[in-house]
Amino acid sequence: MAQQVSDTILYLDGVNVSFDGFKALNSLSLVVEPGEMRAIIGPNGAGKTTMMDVITGKTRPNTGTVMFAGKTDLTALDEAAIAALGIGRKFQKPTVFEGHTVADNIELALKSDRRVWPNLIWKASKAARDRVEEILEAIDLAGQRDDLAATLSHGQKQWLEIGMLLAQDPKLLLVDEPVAGMTDAETAQTADLLKRIAETHSVIVVEHDMAFVRDLDVKVTVLHEGSVLAEGALDHVSADERVIEVYLGR
Amino acid sequence: MIAKTAGALLLGAIDRKAGAFLVALLAVSVAVPALNLALPPTHPLHVSTFAMALLGKYLCYALLALSVDLIWGYCGILSLGHGAFFALGGYAMGMHLMREIGSRGVYGNPDLPDFMVFLNWPELPWYWQGFDSFWFAALMVVAVPGALAFVFGWFAFRSRVTGVYLSIITQAMTFALMLAFFRNDMGFGGNNGLTDFKDIFGFNLQSDSTRGALFVASGLALGLGFVLCRIVIASRLGKILVAIRDAESRVRFLGYRAEAFKVFTFTLSACLAGVAGALYVPQVGIINPGEFAPANSIEVVIWVAVGGRGTLVGPVLGALLVNFAKTWFTGALPEIWLFALGGLFVFVTLFLPKGILGLIGTLTARTRQFGGRPRPTETAEPGPIDARVKAAE
Repeated sequence: MAQQVSDTILYLDGVNVSFDGFKALNSLSLVVEPGEMRAIIGPNGAGKTTMMDVITGKTRPNTGTVMFAGKTDLTALDEAAIAALGIGRKFQKPTVFEGHTVADNIELALKSDRRVWPNLIWKASKAARDRVEEILEAIDLAGQRDDLAATLSHGQKQWLEIGMLLAQDPKLLLVDEPVAGMTDAETAQTADLLKRIAETHSVIVVEHDMAFVRDLDVKVTVLHEGSVLAEGALDHVSADERVIEVYLGR
Repeated sequence: MIAKTAGALLLGAIDRKAGAFLVALLAVSVAVPALNLALPPTHPLHVSTFAMALLGKYLCYALLALSVDLIWGYCGILSLGHGAFFALGGYAMGMHLMREIGSRGVYGNPDLPDFMVFLNWPELPWYWQGFDSFWFAALMVVAVPGALAFVFGWFAFRSRVTGVYLSIITQAMTFALMLAFFRNDMGFGGNNGLTDFKDIFGFNLQSDSTRGALFVASGLALGLGFVLCRIVIASRLGKILVAIRDAESRVRFLGYRAEAFKVFTFTLSACLAGVAGALYVPQVGIINPGEFAPANSIEVVIWVAVGGRGTLVGPVLGALLVNFAKTWFTGALPEIWLFALGGLFVFVTLFLPKGILGLIGTLTARTRQFGGRPRPTETAEPGPIDARVKAAE
């Protein structure tokens, strides 16, 4: 790697993860710069979700380096500590608190003291309430603020989860398949939303939907069998013969 | 400052339904002893001492059900071992009551309880020291179950043991304690447990007025436990508990340490169960290892399910109703009680997933729907979201 580790927001080098002999990640190396939005594509089983698990502390790599903001070794931390550093994650399947209202979902995600006792006496400040409203407007759910999250449509849950990421105000967002199951109109809106978010945050988006990736218009990394197959503009990688063979050609 | 915070917490926690419940509970707590003590036994409204003692016992069960609802209904942790915390609180109180007997035991030994004399023990074991003091015993009533729950929870939740596995190890915990307490050399009276209590604070435990006071104390403890649970549930902490129940991994990725919240709630719940046990023992007059029986803990879960989990009021009603039924059945049709209990659990699980309280909620909603005008449903128009995201950034 020619780049200085200290200049990166995320630095993965030689990361290996195997489950019962199956190599989910095979010396994966990936560098994301501050403020960058990166799209990650690859066929099923390419290791996209495992990569996110490694970055967010859900899975520990067998070997390899995972550095955040050039100085923090993520492999030594748990999920909560990594979230506190400023890494937010949206799951592939929309995961929101269905028993809570839409507004409460955002409120729980707001940046605040995460310890037990302070939360017993925590009261939403004016600033916190305003921030919740802002985010509800941004994700187009202000009209449903008092509805239970369980009543939302699939696409709305995806947006709510993105809204929760915004409320966390992370430095790096990991977004796993944000448009799965969305209509074309919703997909276009989500692309716009992510582009706006990327203006002030570093974002990694994993997605299958090629039209959506084209819409994002960012650098693309193609994963295959746990390592990077190709990297560059979408047109560049989609011209790569190996990529066509393993993924686009199918 | 602290008083102000506490006041604000209290105001936020007690809504109209909770207030109505507390008023009803207070009325029962006062009325039952009053009807027992003030009216002559011939009066039609007189409540017999037997009935009062029975009801007092049910109030303790209700507090136990409340503690299980806090951990199961709100945090999603199905504890099948809460009977252990109840029994430990009961033993702590029983030890104090044993010390109160003094030299009035069968052997007349001023220093040792009867069973220790019987086993030829030379002196009081170290862990019996201090129980002469009521306040020390009262502290232990909360501290012992709390400490066990803290240590147990610390290991179980940090290792991310959840679901069925957690339920099984809570069963194992209460079973192990039962076996331990059955042993004579544990120093807790073995098989027979602790009994033959004489008095509390110098008041005769058999007298109606003492029993009335214990009844009031049980009612107050249930009320305070309810308020405490409401405060937790109404706070942001309570919202985090429900979030853990519904999507634990999401909670972790938001930066909350789910295990810390679970340990806190499990410990608080165990303390409540301990208080319930401590009030139970002087009213029934005995505590023995049978209270640790795994079946007891399972029965508590049935009360909660019948009343409606995650409602606090429901489990209280469930505990009262199931125990009334138990008392009636074991008197009238003793051989079918366990079948009835099992059948009730299956029925509630299949047909009333939200329990009795959920059924009442559905019925009132339905009458409102047919009686009143249909409410207009809001339809929000989907609009461009990118224009507004700027503001949110």
